[in-house]
Amino acid sequence: MQTLDIEGELTIFTAADQKPQLLAFLESGDELEVNLAGVTEIDSAGLQLLILIKREAAHAGKTLRFVMHSKVVVDILELTKLTTAFGDPVVLAYNEE
Amino acid sequence: MSFDKEMQEALVTFTVESAELLESMESGLMELENIENPEETINAIFRAAHTIKGSSGLFGLDHIVRFTHVVESLLDALRDGKLVVSSDLIAALLPCCDHLNSLIEDVANGNVKENPEVTESGNQLLQVLRPYLETPAAADTNVVEFQEKIESVETIAGNNIESGNWHLFLKFNENCLRDGMDPLAFIRYLTTLGEIVDVTTFSYTMPDAETMDPETSYLAFKVILKSDADKETIEGVFEFVRDGSYINILPLENRIPYYAELIMSLNEDSDQLGALLLKCGIITQRELEDGLKSQQVRADAQQPTLRLGEILVEQQVVQQPLVNAALEKQTQIKDNKARENQSIRVDAERLDKLIDLIGELVISGAGVNLRAPLSGDDILQELTGEVMRLIEEVRDSALQLRMVPIGTTFSRFQRVVRDVSKELGKDIELIISGSDTEVDKAVVEKISDPLMHLVRNSMDHGIENAELRQQRGKPARGTLRLNAYHISGSIVIEVSDDGGGLNRDRILEKAIERGMVSANANLSDQEVFALIFEPGFSTAQQVSNLSGRGVGMDVVKRNVTALRGSIEVTSQIGIGTTLRINLPLTLAIIDGFLVGVDQSTFVIPLDRVVECVELPVDVEHRDYMDLRSEVLPLIRLRPLFNISGVLPRRENVVVVDHGGNKTGFIVDHLLGEFQTVIKPLGKLFAHLQGVAGSTILGNGKVALILDVSTLIESIDRKNTALPRNLTHQST
Repeated sequence: MQTLDIEGELTIFTAADQKPQLLAFLESGDELEVNLAGVTEIDSAGLQLLILIKREAAHAGKTLRFVMHSKVVVDILELTKLTTAFGDPVVLAYNEE
Repeated sequence: MSFDKEMQEALVTFTVESAELLESMESGLMELENIENPEETINAIFRAAHTIKGSSGLFGLDHIVRFTHVVESLLDALRDGKLVVSSDLIAALLPCCDHLNSLIEDVANGNVKENPEVTESGNQLLQVLRPYLETPAAADTNVVEFQEKIESVETIAGNNIESGNWHLFLKFNENCLRDGMDPLAFIRYLTTLGEIVDVTTFSYTMPDAETMDPETSYLAFKVILKSDADKETIEGVFEFVRDGSYINILPLENRIPYYAELIMSLNEDSDQLGALLLKCGIITQRELEDGLKSQQVRADAQQPTLRLGEILVEQQVVQQPLVNAALEKQTQIKDNKARENQSIRVDAERLDKLIDLIGELVISGAGVNLRAPLSGDDILQELTGEVMRLIEEVRDSALQLRMVPIGTTFSRFQRVVRDVSKELGKDIELIISGSDTEVDKAVVEKISDPLMHLVRNSMDHGIENAELRQQRGKPARGTLRLNAYHISGSIVIEVSDDGGGLNRDRILEKAIERGMVSANANLSDQEVFALIFEPGFSTAQQVSNLSGRGVGMDVVKRNVTALRGSIEVTSQIGIGTTLRINLPLTLAIIDGFLVGVDQSTFVIPLDRVVECVELPVDVEHRDYMDLRSEVLPLIRLRPLFNISGVLPRRENVVVVDHGGNKTGFIVDHLLGEFQTVIKPLGKLFAHLQGVAGSTILGNGKVALILDVSTLIESIDRKNTALPRNLTHQST
C-alpha cells in the first residue's frame, strides 16, 4: 500500500504542480491512500484533482482512498455532497480542532 | 343575556324563520340525490344555512354560528363543485339539520345560552363532516397552506428536497479559476441567502487525466436551495461569473403550482408574457432581455419565429407549465382589455330614433333662428346663436355614432378576389387602402353589393389573362385596388384595375347602333364611358369589357344614385380602368344652402356650393355667363320647376361644383346656410331626378333638396336631345 501525504494548499495556485505528482502516485501501486490531514486550504481546482485521481484509479481498477481529511476538506466535501460519492470514511476529521 | 321586549319579538321571528329554513334545507337534502341538476337545490340549501348563521350572529348566538359555519363551509364546497353529492354526505348533513333544529328550539324556549352537552353532541356531528372538508382545504392553493403542507411533508417523509424552492444548475465559465473566482465560493455564498438542501456535483466534462488542465474549471453543480430570496437576488450572486457560464435558476417542480397561482393572481395590466413572468420573479430582467434578443436574432436570420415563451423554455429559464399559466393569464388580460375597449352595442332602431329626434331639433332650432332676429331682442338672438351652435355639435356627434370605417367592407373582398381569381384562372392581387375612412353605416351596407359587382366585373372583364398581359408587357399578376377617401363632405370609393381599359370607340359604336346617342354627337370620354351605366347597355355582351354578370351596371348606378351618390369612370386603353363612386357621408342630415325662387325654397347641399354671385344684367336669355373669364353654364331653376310669378329686379347665381365642373343655378334670393334634415320623398316621387329629398323649414314650409349631380346630368341629357325632361316629371 502506497501513501501520499498532501501538505499545504490544494488550490488553483498549486494544482498545476500537484496534478503530475498525483498522477505519478497513481502509477506507484494498486492499493493507494492519500492522506489529506495536511491540507490547509482547498478550492474547486483542488477538488477537481481529487475527483480526477479518484476517477482515474477506478478506471485503472485500482483502489484509492482518501484518509485523514482535514477540516477544510470535509467542509468542501460536505458542501458538494461528494462524501458519499468518494465513499471514504471521514469520521476522524470531525474530531479535529 | 337579557333581551328587551323588542329583541324578544325579533328572536321569535328568528326562530320561526329558522325553523322554516331548516325544513326547506331538510327537504332539499332529501331530494338532492334524486335530481339531475342539483345546483339550484344546493344553492337553496346553502342560502338557508347562510341565513341562519347570519341571523344567529345578530342575536349573539355564537354557538349556533360556530356550528352552522362548518355546515356552511361544507355546503359551499359542494356548491363550488369541490365536493360531489353522495348519500354518505347527505347522511352526515341530515343529523346536522336536526341538531340545528334542536338548537333553535332551545332558543325558542328561552335558552339562549350555550348548553355544553348539546355542544358536545354537535361537535360529534361535525367530526363526521371533517373528512369532507379537508379535501377542499388541501386543494385550495392558498400560499400559506401550501407552505404548511410542504413543511409537513418534510417532517413526515424527511425528504429535504421537497422543501427547497429553487433549482439551480450551475456550469461555470471554465476560466473562472484562472480569473480568481472559485465556483465553490459562490455555492458557499448561497448559504447566506437560504439553506442549501441538496447539491449534486458533476464532473462529466472533465477530460482524461492527460488532457485535463488543472487550472480549468470542469465542475458543474445542481443545487436545491431553500430561500425566500427572489430569482433576481439569487441570480445576482453569480453576477461576476455570468459571462461564459451556464447559470440556470428555476423554481422547483413542486413550486410550480404556487407560481402558476401567483401569475393568475397578478393584478397586472400588461398583457406581455415577459412582463408577467418578470413580475412574478420567475424570470429575471436579464433572462427576458436574452430571450427577446434571441427572438430578434431568429427574426433577423429569417428563421421561423418562435414565441417568447418557447424561447424561454428552450433556454431553460422557465418551465413549460409556468409559461402555460402566463399564457393563460395573458389571454385573460387581453380578454379583459377587449371587454374594456368594447364598444356598446346599441340597437340601430334607438340610434335612428335619436338621429330622428336630433333632426327634429335641428328643424325647430332653425325655426327659432329664423324668428329670433324678428323679435329685435339682442340677448335672445345671442342665446339662439349659442343654441344653434350646440345643436350643430350634437348633430355632428350623433351622426358620428353612425360612422363606421369602410375597412370591414373592403376586407371582405380579399376572399372574393381570391375565390374569383381561382374561378377565372387569373392571378389577381387585391390592394386595399383607405380602410379607416369612415362612412355612415347605412351607406356601407348599401354600397357592398354594387362594390361586389364592380370588383367582379373588373376581374372578369377588366384584367386580361396572364398571356395577354405578358404580350402587353404587364406583370402577369393583375392588380385590383380598392381605395376610399374623404373629399368635401363625401366619401369617394375607387375600384381600379390595371386591365385593358374601356374601348371608347366600340362603346360609342354600340350606343349609336342602339339609338342612345345620335351619330354626330360630340361626346367627351367621360360621357362615353358613362354610357356603360345605361340600362340598354348592361345586357349587351362583348361591347364593353365591363359588361355585366348577374346584376347590370345600370343597377350599380341605380344603387349609387339611391344613396345620393354618383359614379364616374376614367379609363385608358391598355392601362386600366378606375370606377369612382362618390357618396354623401351621411344620409340623414346635411348642411344646406337655402335659396328662394319666388315663393318656393330650395336647398342646395352646402358642400357643393362654391360661391354666389349676382347675375350680370347682360346675360339676358343666354345659358352661360362670364365668370372671371371662364364660361359658366347656367341653369334657371324658375323654368325648370315651372315657377311663374314676377321676376325680381336682380337675380343671383349660385355656383356649384359638379365633378370638377362648375355650373351656375339662377335663383331669385339667397337665404343662407341651413341645417337640413333630409326627409325622403314618397314612393310616388321616387323616379324624380335632380331632387334628393325634402326638408321642413323653420317656418313649416317644405323645401326640395336639389341633387346637384343628377340635376345637371339630366339637363345635359335634355340638351343632347335625350328623351328625358325634368320639367315635365317634376310638375
